[in-house]
Amino acid sequence: MNRGVVPGGSVLAMAIISLTGVVALLGRFPGLAGVDLTVEAGEVVLIHGPNGAGKSTLLRVCAGLLRIESGHGQVLGHDVRSERPAIRRSVGLLGHDTALYEDLTVTENLRFWARASRVEEAQVPTALDRLGVPSRIHDVAVRHLSAGQRRRTALAAVVVRRPRLWLLDEPHAGLDAGGRDLVDALVKDASSAGATVMLASHELDRTVDLATRHLAVAGGMVVGDHGPEVDHAR
Amino acid sequence: MLADIAAVAGKDLRIEWRSRVTASQVIPFAALVLVLFGFALDANRPVLERATPGLFWMTVLFVTNLAVQRSTSIETSDGARRALLLAGIEPVAVFVGKALAVAVELLAVEIVLVGGVLVFYGAEIDDWGLLVLTCVVATMAVAAAGTLLGALVAGIRARETVLPILLLPVLAPVLISATRAFDDALGSVAVQGWAWLGLLAGFGVLNSGLGALAYGVLLEET
Repeated sequence: MNRGVVPGGSVLAMAIISLTGVVALLGRFPGLAGVDLTVEAGEVVLIHGPNGAGKSTLLRVCAGLLRIESGHGQVLGHDVRSERPAIRRSVGLLGHDTALYEDLTVTENLRFWARASRVEEAQVPTALDRLGVPSRIHDVAVRHLSAGQRRRTALAAVVVRRPRLWLLDEPHAGLDAGGRDLVDALVKDASSAGATVMLASHELDRTVDLATRHLAVAGGMVVGDHGPEVDHAR
Repeated sequence: MLADIAAVAGKDLRIEWRSRVTASQVIPFAALVLVLFGFALDANRPVLERATPGLFWMTVLFVTNLAVQRSTSIETSDGARRALLLAGIEPVAVFVGKALAVAVELLAVEIVLVGGVLVFYGAEIDDWGLLVLTCVVATMAVAAAGTLLGALVAGIRARETVLPILLLPVLAPVLISATRAFDDALGSVAVQGWAWLGLLAGFGVLNSGLGALAYGVLLEET
């Protein structure tokens, strides 16, 4: 873990994510074209930009899923090139997919992912309750759920892992008003508990106040990095 | 590791049990292929008797293609493959768990097929031990190769058509060895069945070893 220590010995903020000149390819297309980024513990970072800007690709690199072509960096103290399995185990990623098995019930899905992630299965009911998944559908196969219910269940799977770094790709997508409020509360709670949150979203109106820092991404590069007041002014 | 293998295998088998695909589609398909082979060769009974072991294992290979397609699609739909990576399960545990689940499904089909060749083809079994062991070892070999190749084609858009093109040639040595061992077990041709079973075990170990080594690379995103 990177720590900045001042001469007096006090510990400055920890760099949870530290990327320098990171280039990542999607096939032959450069998904990231030289990203420099440092994110410290407890920050809530909003990533916004047009379609194909590299928001999801940046999250995948931070999750240790995508191999980088050049550059270097660390996530949660692990090298993004050589220690990707260690990074994966420590992050919680909500992507566009829900990663739920259609023929398993809500509870069976979460129990499987809890067991696979070495997390106590006893966390599952609490996480479902936290996401407002009603108990009447806990034993219903995922194939019978609505898109919003699936999304809440997928979020519950992230909650069960209690990650130190949350990577949320369009977390409000497909959710009703209540679900969107729950996501906001979840992000605030995670941040209060000391976790770091990176969230990619097109919904600036919704997320502008949720984040402590805004990154504008375009063409696979970070083209803007500022506090929420700038986007407020816009 | 064992707990992860059990979790993955249990998950795949539970999904299969719920979807009823093996029971309602794969087993009827296998029985149908066996019956149609029988229709094609029934006019020449001695040829049918000689060909029974080969027809049995050809049918198993067709079924393997279906079972592996199913096993692969479980992980490719809705990003489950990525979630497996994030969960931090050792890839070798995913490989063994998925191969075990495929093997269990294939063994269930083979039980029905053995009944089929006894009833429809009038086959007689000389050596039950050789027959059962051949089924177990050959199933391990085809399930391992199938699971590995399933992961290889998982990212390909036309994987349904690419998989059999890759799978069937790779399984040819297993087909030959298992057929020869069955020749002896059914008494249809005088061969050294146990020696062929030994060769079959070699293919099983080879396929399993390759799968355990390569599966992690294939699971990675590009």
